[in-house]
Amino acid sequence: MKRPELVCPAGTPAALRTAVEAGADAVYCGFQNATNARNFPGLNFTPEEMEASVAFAHKLGTKVLLAINTFPTAGRFDLWRDAVDMGARYGVDAFIVADIGVADYVKRTYPEIRLHLSVQAAASSPEAIRYYAREFGVKRVVLPRILTVPEIKQLAREIPCEIETFIFGNHGLMVEGRCSLTNYVTGLSTNMDGVCSPAADVHYDKQPDGSVTTRLADFTIDSFAPNEQAGYPTICKGRYNAPNRPDAYYAFEEPISLNLSGLLPALIEAGVDAFKIEGRQRSRAYVKSAVSAFRTAVDSILAGQEPQLADLLALTEGQKQTEGAFKTKKWR
Amino acid sequence: MQESTDIHPAPRPGLTRFLPPMPLFLLQPILKRVVTRVARENPSLFNRLGPHKTARFVVDPQGLPFGLLLIPNPEALTFRAFHRNAEPPSDARIAGKFLDLLGLMDGGADGDALFFSRDLDVSGNTEAVVCLRNALDDVEGSIAETVAGMFGAPGRAALTGLRRMAAKKGDHA
Repeated sequence: MKRPELVCPAGTPAALRTAVEAGADAVYCGFQNATNARNFPGLNFTPEEMEASVAFAHKLGTKVLLAINTFPTAGRFDLWRDAVDMGARYGVDAFIVADIGVADYVKRTYPEIRLHLSVQAAASSPEAIRYYAREFGVKRVVLPRILTVPEIKQLAREIPCEIETFIFGNHGLMVEGRCSLTNYVTGLSTNMDGVCSPAADVHYDKQPDGSVTTRLADFTIDSFAPNEQAGYPTICKGRYNAPNRPDAYYAFEEPISLNLSGLLPALIEAGVDAFKIEGRQRSRAYVKSAVSAFRTAVDSILAGQEPQLADLLALTEGQKQTEGAFKTKKWR
Repeated sequence: MQESTDIHPAPRPGLTRFLPPMPLFLLQPILKRVVTRVARENPSLFNRLGPHKTARFVVDPQGLPFGLLLIPNPEALTFRAFHRNAEPPSDARIAGKFLDLLGLMDGGADGDALFFSRDLDVSGNTEAVVCLRNALDDVEGSIAETVAGMFGAPGRAALTGLRRMAAKKGDHA
């Protein structure tokens, strides 16, 4: 049985060390700027922190994958080029990219470093993936969370590169790399500035009855009753009123997390090469719990034992979990 | 900045409601020592705070008879307790049960998970809170352990007891 790589999130150097010590085969992380799609305040790595963290991870045999997975706009390419150059200098094991200009720069300048295609590129067809592999030498594609396990199995037979799938964290069903909801509401782009629901525009208003109203800029996203579980303040997970609906409803997605612990054997059998845990914005405690749980689960499967699945419900958004489209296209 | 109000007065727990207000002046030098030590050992913490170093954070440990004011300005560090009927103005307010807040400082709890379960309330400047959360989470080891260690064996024993209480609470959640 092929041993899938466990790819784990690191939003800070401390989280990176936690992931490495909890058994990550690889960690993914980014710089403190618009080059990565988790450009959140107080998060990510300075160049000095990146250099030291790569050295730490390599010392313990863990790979570092540098996320440079946003889309540069005209006149801003220097920032992305500098990020690639720094990553190469520090010895990262792969670049995770979405933009073809960035992919082209890596291919021409650092052909010896692996290129992974970010989920932000939203490549889900054999034709699109083969194009990236042929033109840029992409070695691995991170699949959007919209394919069933049989579809992934079929895809694996038709593409010349490795497959990485998300197994835990954000459900992320919007067409990634093309979602403009945050841009529409705040003027900042998830795909070009790396910020989904910038915290500066997020407001939580506690009402006298104990309920909490969530706003992004001037838009009310949701209102949680006093004891109701909450979710992230993103437009795609908001509850809205519509003329033909008696009550407010989740028009796009709902606050829920992906948890594929029960599908790990099927994913390995389908030919998945790497399992990705989402959550660079989460704490060290989250990283430790999620990475340890999946390390144990994957190792027990590889040892031919019944997978030991830790209960991760407490870490999930809205305290709900789903196998989403991996299980069925009718998950809602 | 949020006005000085007392919109979240927590009832004083158990017998303490019959006692006179806690003499906070005894607590202030301890809090000052704690924040100075954490800041001295983790100078990079301030970089993650970015423009929010001078923000005024009110921390409301529900169940305790006082609140805390934190201004993480390296030039003028402030960490002091206040009586619940005299909450100072703040830019951001973080409220949660004492054991949950302790879990965050101990590196054993996840802030997002506490928010999802509604055990953590945040109001005011969300960006400042996110920066503070990320800055504290990048502190190596456990802040709670550092603080406990400042008080020797009794401090460490107290932390062990509190951790046990928190674990028990988690078991029943």
